[in-house]
Amino acid sequence: MQRDVFQAIADPTRRAILGLVACQAMTPNTLATHFEMSRQAVSKHIHLLSEAELVYAKPNGREVYYHLNPIRMKEVADWLAPFQQLWESRFIQLDNVLQTLTEEKK
Amino acid sequence: MNQSATGTLFMIDIQKGSLEISRIFAANRTLVWRAWTEADLLDQWWAPKPWRCETKHMDFREGGRWIYAMVGPNGERHGAVQRYSEILKEVFFRGEDAFADEEGNINGLLPVATWENVFTDVVEGTLVKTFVQYPNPEALQEVLNMGMEEGLKMAHGNLDEVLGDLVA
Repeated sequence: MQRDVFQAIADPTRRAILGLVACQAMTPNTLATHFEMSRQAVSKHIHLLSEAELVYAKPNGREVYYHLNPIRMKEVADWLAPFQQLWESRFIQLDNVLQTLTEEKK
Repeated sequence: MNQSATGTLFMIDIQKGSLEISRIFAANRTLVWRAWTEADLLDQWWAPKPWRCETKHMDFREGGRWIYAMVGPNGERHGAVQRYSEILKEVFFRGEDAFADEEGNINGLLPVATWENVFTDVVEGTLVKTFVQYPNPEALQEVLNMGMEEGLKMAHGNLDEVLGDLVA
């Protein structure tokens, strides 16, 4: 089952997990030390991120490490990019309007 | 949080269905306020190029409305309306922003957002913080999906805490 990526990132704990594994792959135990909640609760979040394919598990010896899936994250970025662009483009135009107004006043 | 090259700060909270956009403009508060509240000035910047903004009616007072259309390069038009509910001159204004027909009749099928724009003096000029609240997370997603499908056609904006957290 593939979970909705936006449901997965809607939760602050899950966003924090993504932030951590973005820096380096981590085992569930290491991840759990960053949160004031039970290891089981953290595991549930990891599981959900994994179902959304935002992270993936890779065994290393006897441990399992969770890695960020950058391709899936890029999909999120692409989805939001038009809105950032919309405002950027607006504000650059507004800068110009303000510059003209300021010069008129001088 | 996500800060762009031009210094615009974007935050999105998908769970709450809200957006926050902050930007500093290099002009005094009186001028920045005018640019956000006078139709002839709004027309010059509100639509991202190659779209342009055409005001049909502007009544900037509490209870008043701004009825406008976004006009595309091929003549396509999207109507919208802002209703102003609370205004404190050169400090903040609050209202609703909705998709509408060209007479300003709200399209009931699309989400209506509540807006608040706050203007503050800073050393570099004026800081404008825009808070946008959708009735629920689904409404925000719907508006963002429309943007994804239609590129820059629609006039609702944002970006993101999520990506910022990842970059941080």
